[in-house]
Amino acid sequence: MSTVQPLQKSNDFVIKFANINGTGSASANELFARAVMGMGVPVAPRNIFPSNIQGLPTWYEMRVSGEGWLGRKGGCDLMVAMNPQTWDRDVAELSPGGYLFYDSTKMLPRSRFRDDITVLGLPLTEICTREYTDPRQRQLMKNILYVGALTALLDMDFAVVEGLISHQFRGKEKLIASNIQALKLGYDEARAHLPCPIGLRVERSDGVGNRIFSNGNDACGLGAVYGGATVVGWYPITPSTSVIEAFISYCRKFRTDPDNGMGRYAIVQAEDELAAIGMVIGASWNGARAFTATSGPGISLMQEFFGLAYFAEVPAVVVNVQRGGPSTGMPTRTQQSDLIACAYASHGDTKHILLFPEDPYECFTLTAQAFDLAERLQTPVFVMSDLDIGMNEVLCKPFDWDDSRQYDRGKVMSAADLDSGKNFGRYLDVDGDGIPYRTIPGTHPTKGAFFSRGTTRNAYAKYSEAGTDYVYNMERLRRKFVTARKLVPAPVSQKASQPTRYGAIYYGSTSPAMAEAFAMLEKQGVHVDLMRVRAFPFADEVMDFIADHDYVFVVEQNESAQLRTMIINEGDIDPKRLIRVLHYDGTPITAGFIAGRITDIVKQNNVTPLRQQVAS
Amino acid sequence: MTYLAKPKLLRPDTPKNALGYTKRDYEGAISTLCAGCGHDSISASVVQACFDLDIEPHRVAKLSGIGCSSKTPDYFLGNSHGFNTTHGRMPSVLTGAAMANRDLLYLGVSGDGDSASIGIGQFAHAMRRGVNMVYIVENNGVYGLTKGQFSATADKGSKSKRGVVNNDSPIDLVALALQLGATYVARSFSGDKEQLIPLIKGAMRHRGPALIDVISPCVTFNNHAGSTKSYDYVREHNEAINRLDVILPKDKITATYAPGELRRVVQHDGSVLCLRKLGEDYDPSDRVGAMNYLQERHALGEIVTGLIYVDSTGEELHRYLNTVETPLNQLGVAELCPGSEALEALNESLRRG
Repeated sequence: MSTVQPLQKSNDFVIKFANINGTGSASANELFARAVMGMGVPVAPRNIFPSNIQGLPTWYEMRVSGEGWLGRKGGCDLMVAMNPQTWDRDVAELSPGGYLFYDSTKMLPRSRFRDDITVLGLPLTEICTREYTDPRQRQLMKNILYVGALTALLDMDFAVVEGLISHQFRGKEKLIASNIQALKLGYDEARAHLPCPIGLRVERSDGVGNRIFSNGNDACGLGAVYGGATVVGWYPITPSTSVIEAFISYCRKFRTDPDNGMGRYAIVQAEDELAAIGMVIGASWNGARAFTATSGPGISLMQEFFGLAYFAEVPAVVVNVQRGGPSTGMPTRTQQSDLIACAYASHGDTKHILLFPEDPYECFTLTAQAFDLAERLQTPVFVMSDLDIGMNEVLCKPFDWDDSRQYDRGKVMSAADLDSGKNFGRYLDVDGDGIPYRTIPGTHPTKGAFFSRGTTRNAYAKYSEAGTDYVYNMERLRRKFVTARKLVPAPVSQKASQPTRYGAIYYGSTSPAMAEAFAMLEKQGVHVDLMRVRAFPFADEVMDFIADHDYVFVVEQNESAQLRTMIINEGDIDPKRLIRVLHYDGTPITAGFIAGRITDIVKQNNVTPLRQQVAS
Repeated sequence: MTYLAKPKLLRPDTPKNALGYTKRDYEGAISTLCAGCGHDSISASVVQACFDLDIEPHRVAKLSGIGCSSKTPDYFLGNSHGFNTTHGRMPSVLTGAAMANRDLLYLGVSGDGDSASIGIGQFAHAMRRGVNMVYIVENNGVYGLTKGQFSATADKGSKSKRGVVNNDSPIDLVALALQLGATYVARSFSGDKEQLIPLIKGAMRHRGPALIDVISPCVTFNNHAGSTKSYDYVREHNEAINRLDVILPKDKITATYAPGELRRVVQHDGSVLCLRKLGEDYDPSDRVGAMNYLQERHALGEIVTGLIYVDSTGEELHRYLNTVETPLNQLGVAELCPGSEALEALNESLRRG
């Protein structure tokens, strides 16, 4: 007996699937997400999973947004409650007027429901027990059954889902037939016993366009193939493992010699992250493009080697799919909390290049570009992805590649260069950009060999503890990072509809939530210019942007405002002008959170002008 | 330590090898180790081995960790690229280098602290992966640069210079390498170049992981009575099991041996390891036998030296990985990048799901 009017929404709602880990629900849920996209409606699904293989609760949160907002929204309009363990909290999470779909095989007392929601029960287990004999099939088909039921409840085109199943299992006719049969069964049962369609509808639209549905880890693996990586040393760690799995599978596909089956790549699963990065450094020193993928704990273990690569000036690419820290932290939750650990990794005075992809498209392009930067600058480059974009399917621009593009191998002296009498000093700054020439082992029988080391040396790579040699080297490294500012991807900015003294800086996976928050704020008459930082060291535009605004919100997904700290540190910015907007509970940041925080502060500021306090 | 630079001028009759290089072409910077350090003899042996084998200096990559031993690659093969990495992590860097270019000869130089203490994990994993390398441990049982602490190869009951007795059991890297699948395993003594040089040459012509554990006394911190890594102790307890001659395909065999005293092992590249037995019958192709023999002799306080184990049919990492013959570091965009057409096809599949 609903006391609240049931929700009536078209192409704008959140469905949440509450499942049990290891029951095959993930592929059914993804099938459903693809079906919504197949109707031309943008979706943003997110897997919320435990650090566990089987038996613990897992959720799949799917935002349907005809307007194309891909950030997490929060809340839940339709709960597909398939997990008795989490029943109470799942029911509680529903918005008033929302819909609860559940397996009604077992009777539940009324007290376990709510009065302000619409309850939709189908005896899924009973149907499966009746239809199937194999226990695993009973389990898997239950998932397809609810996909069928949802198709009817949300008034979707059955043929679209049917087509997806046929495509997914192409070549396996038996599987196609049985899955479609289950889908039809769920669809028919819902139509027969439930008030189809409900107030939430998926209506055909053309909001998807030519976009693709991919995840950041897959895209990073693909970007590494396109970027010319040949050597990988790696150690499995959530949430980065699938970067390497993707690299392996794309290498098999694209890099196998058809004549003899030999591969144009070498991948070793190392004994730990230390060995993984050691292999990357060894291979890069020897002239191959090499990378590893890891997450927070791996970054901690690699610290000493980052210092070596920085100081000996060896290229290295590291994809860091960030998760919640510190320590083991929240291994299956997202954060942007490794910025400082990576930017200033290792002891002594170090600084490293960071790239911040916003989605799978940029995971692809920035990973490919990371190899050019690492070789041009002869230093480690970190691709700072995170679990949110790394492990979720994200609607994004299709990947593109310019076939005329050549790899930038940086300053490498060839045997011919050496024979022509060019002065080779491994750590000699010949043209003022701070980047020295290097030679690859095996280049020349008598010229150009040098001894790489983590100890101080002179410009000709000879061991030296002389203060002048040390200072020359450190100053050159600093110049190199000035050069880097112009080579790394430039920030992206967006002006508010009216001139404003407020700006907001954000990066990485915060992007879709920020875009939506921007629209919300504009609607409320709160004007904030945006700048998306895409790399560290910061381009000059970042400091200009701060100079152009009285206050700049720095929106981040960590607790200690790490990017803000880096901006203050690198740009000598008055901390009062950089206002923290921080979300760090392990869930992806939402537009509502950002817009709320910014609105609160802007209102406060309007009441008590702080402008006078701000150093001009 | 000597500060005298070597004269650059060579006598016209200085011997040259088949490539026209003199031994001087295989030397490096002047050693900064203590006078009499065993490690310098090992460096000299590496120089001699490369000269004898007509190895082009730039076809060698020398890698090391941290410590006295790991400084030595600066003191030989000055025309080879070298990489002095971090403490105990040379094996992974060498592995990566070998993955990048299968055509160079990888020479890993390490010490007992570097390989048996901090780096035992990387040592073990490089061996079990079958990395194609020559791995020399310059083993003196002691930390030199930090002034005389025991390392993990120090024998139980041995005494430090300050009189402290070591109570920890020693790690035998030879035994570990045997167990972990190294296919060329030797032990030698820096005071016996006659034995050491051929062992290095054999290892350099071997395919697969080759370990040479060289007892190399530390004259400053571990050459006293009570040490089991001193010159005197090692000379007294050295039990050489065989003498090796490495015969290259181009060489003429001149020496003659009585039947039964010679064992011949043909390696992948056609080089022949001629092993002259010195004592009782010892079979270096029997891995389990070698492990037993080592344990028995160790219990008697003897140090077994010589070529302890060799498997000339072994494989190496690149065979396992099935990588192309062309070194990976020589592949360009044409060989590596699938291009826009393949990407568009992939985009299409990612649209459909």
